[in-house]
Amino acid sequence: MEASTQQDPILRIRSLNAWFGESHAVKDVSLDISPNAVTAIIGPSGCGKSTFIRCLNRLHEEVPSAGAAGEVLLSGMNIYGEGVDPVGIRRKIGMVFQKPNPFPALSIFDNVVSGLRLGGVRRRSILVEVAERSLRQAALWDEVKDKLHAPGTGLSGGQQQRLCIARALAVDPPVLLMDEPTSALDPIATAKIEELVLELKKQVTIVIVTHNMQQAARISDRTAFFLMGELVEYGETSTVFTVPKEERTERYITGKFG
Amino acid sequence: MKAEALENSAAMQGPWSISLPTVKRFKIKAGRGDLHWGDRLFFWLMSTAAVGICGLLGLILAFLVYSALPTITQFGWAFLVEKSWDPVNGEFGALAFVFGTVVSSLLALLVATPLSVGIALFLNELAPRRVAKGIGFLIEMLAAIPSVVYGLWGIFVLAPWLRTTVQPFLGDWFGFLPLFQGPPYGVGLMTSGIILAIMVIPTISSLSKEVFRAIPRANREAALALGATRWETMRLSVLKSSKTGIFGAVILGLGRALGETMAVTMVIGNRNDISSSLFAPAQTMASIIANEYAEATTSLHLSALAEVGLALFAVTFLINGLARLLIWRMKGRA
Amino acid sequence: MKSAQIHAYLSENYTRRRWVDRGMRLVLFLCAVAALVPLFSVLGYVLFRGVPGLNLDFFTQIPRPVGEAGGGMANSLVGTCILVATASLLGIPWGIAAGVYLSEYGRTKTAHVVRFATDILASVPSIVIGLFIYALFVVPMGGFSALAGGMALGVLMIPTVARSTEEMLRLVPTHIREAGLALGLPRWKVILRVVLRGCVSAITTGVMLAIARVAGETAPLLFTALNNRFWSDSLTQPIASLPVQIYSYAIAPFEEWHTQAWAGALVLVLLVFVINIGSRVFFRGDAIGRE
Repeated sequence: MEASTQQDPILRIRSLNAWFGESHAVKDVSLDISPNAVTAIIGPSGCGKSTFIRCLNRLHEEVPSAGAAGEVLLSGMNIYGEGVDPVGIRRKIGMVFQKPNPFPALSIFDNVVSGLRLGGVRRRSILVEVAERSLRQAALWDEVKDKLHAPGTGLSGGQQQRLCIARALAVDPPVLLMDEPTSALDPIATAKIEELVLELKKQVTIVIVTHNMQQAARISDRTAFFLMGELVEYGETSTVFTVPKEERTERYITGKFG
Repeated sequence: MKAEALENSAAMQGPWSISLPTVKRFKIKAGRGDLHWGDRLFFWLMSTAAVGICGLLGLILAFLVYSALPTITQFGWAFLVEKSWDPVNGEFGALAFVFGTVVSSLLALLVATPLSVGIALFLNELAPRRVAKGIGFLIEMLAAIPSVVYGLWGIFVLAPWLRTTVQPFLGDWFGFLPLFQGPPYGVGLMTSGIILAIMVIPTISSLSKEVFRAIPRANREAALALGATRWETMRLSVLKSSKTGIFGAVILGLGRALGETMAVTMVIGNRNDISSSLFAPAQTMASIIANEYAEATTSLHLSALAEVGLALFAVTFLINGLARLLIWRMKGRA
Repeated sequence: MKSAQIHAYLSENYTRRRWVDRGMRLVLFLCAVAALVPLFSVLGYVLFRGVPGLNLDFFTQIPRPVGEAGGGMANSLVGTCILVATASLLGIPWGIAAGVYLSEYGRTKTAHVVRFATDILASVPSIVIGLFIYALFVVPMGGFSALAGGMALGVLMIPTVARSTEEMLRLVPTHIREAGLALGLPRWKVILRVVLRGCVSAITTGVMLAIARVAGETAPLLFTALNNRFWSDSLTQPIASLPVQIYSYAIAPFEEWHTQAWAGALVLVLLVFVINIGSRVFFRGDAIGRE
């Protein structure tokens, strides 16, 4: 609430809980995510940050024995509300994963437009236009424009990850979730993705999970610190990293544990 | 294994290593080089059994060729393209049986492939774990039922039902197609095809399930996160990347269908003829052997049947070799 | 503006996509159901048509001539047992030995060839095995015999037993072998006393499944063991078996024989299922099976 001064939050999370079978992975988390900003989720591994972000597009429930409860309001609409189809939600909230996962049997072009094709967009001119726009947004266009019909899995790891970003952007989602998108990449590819994130936040709201505190400090506007499934602290990144309110946050940031 | 590793590291040092005094290298390999007499005897026993399987396969081939030699020399390749089969006058051509085998097996695949892939998708992608386990078990039981029991069921349940219900219906509505012309006998190509389909479903579906299971979760999540429905996820992330695997599964199913004997023998009607209608009785390579071998009297007749068996052996060899090759290639890619 | 256009497109098709999704889920479910229809039909008919033919005579009498009521399949039941026992004597030791070779010495080129040959042998149509045994045994011995039938079934068992044994032995972790070797035991003792003993029940399961499979085989017996309307306990004489007897009753035009065929099928299915399911339950109790 404190920081929602300029703009209304695009995502409001209210007492969100998530489980894997018996284990309680996310405990009663509430936070607001402001539009056109980068929100970083940090915390030691196993603290529930990935589970948390996977609840935001209802992907968590696809895992057998997983469950979730609470409210997530996307521009005021509860995505866990009755009669809400998760499929429609996932189109509005895109996601990029830890390991790049382009569709193996598809070309670069087909990968980018796969979201549109699913939606029934058939007209070639639209597909071509959107593919170019998304690839440019993902800063991949110049590298692949001559081989759009080569298989997507033939690219390097960093390129594959940007291809996945382009694929997510093609359906023009207002929110983009990134689950440790650089953990499988080398430092140069990581730098490119970080640059891209800063560029993209002009158009998209980004929620990024990272185990790398420097990365969070470099690219995010706001930071949430998770510990054992609980939200410990949430605020402006500069504040969280310099004058944390909680002792646990300070201990984590200064490397005392985790 | 240790010695091999040492050898490798020595080879890697290769050109830039200073010359060391040559040490006699021991090559330690499980089996042949074992020093203990018990180990040698044991290894010898086990490897005899193993190599014996290759020998057995060679022996099967040799005896089939030997048994079939009279007809091979007398008829040559004409045996496979000639239609007349007349044991009394000593004329032998296997075309009708090849035709019956091919048509009934293809019909079986046509029915079984979509069903099996559907089953594999349902079990792997949709059904809750318990349901999948239960249905998977029942489908395995489908494979455990002996062939002769399928034949019995085919004669007394399936064939009458097809004769009185399905075939008249098809004849009335699609009788303009040569496939559905002629009197509905019940027994015939169609019945064999359906029985074979039932019998190969467990093979194709369990192999397809393995293929689907090998696809990582991340691929499915990519589609889900893009706003794909479950079905679209299956199409995009599962089916598209498992075409080769499914093809391999179907090929192995084909191998099974081609050689299946008893159930087919009991419901195909046993007529040595080629007809364009699926209602017509026919004969397959396996069924002609089952029907005539024990009662064949002339040596040429026996030899002709053995040559049919040889052809069957050759075809299953080729088909399974191909399927294995596909599986190897898939593994190489992964 | 552009994005508004795309959003419009995407939501336009949304309802249709949801219906397609539901439709396809239903279709896939129906595929699974469709495969179960023949299973239950076969089992149902075997049960309902088989039970009336089951009585004490069925298990104690031999077949009667056409037209005489009564009689049973006692000789076929015993015959099947004799055939399976003969087959086991050939198939089980050979298969297990080959499986041990593939698992314990299996990284050589020879092993790859053996593996390939085993797969091919497993896929050779059983009737072709019958032809082979006919040429190998029946012709030289001058007639059909129980021994020839048993050999045919035994050959069928080898690849199944070999591959299942190999798979089971591979589940035994290397460190267990190393522990044995480190005690100073020779390799053959390690394999027999440590590796094999550790998965006796798993291998037994594989063996039982192979037995269940050959017990129902008909085709390779047609011109090896042939059939016999009378008692026979000699390995050199033709012998009756349950599957062949069912076959000859089923294709004969007599009502009372059909009843016998169904009863025989019920016994055969029960036999196969009991072995099949029983061995699975047995395996579940094993240490490796649980992992």
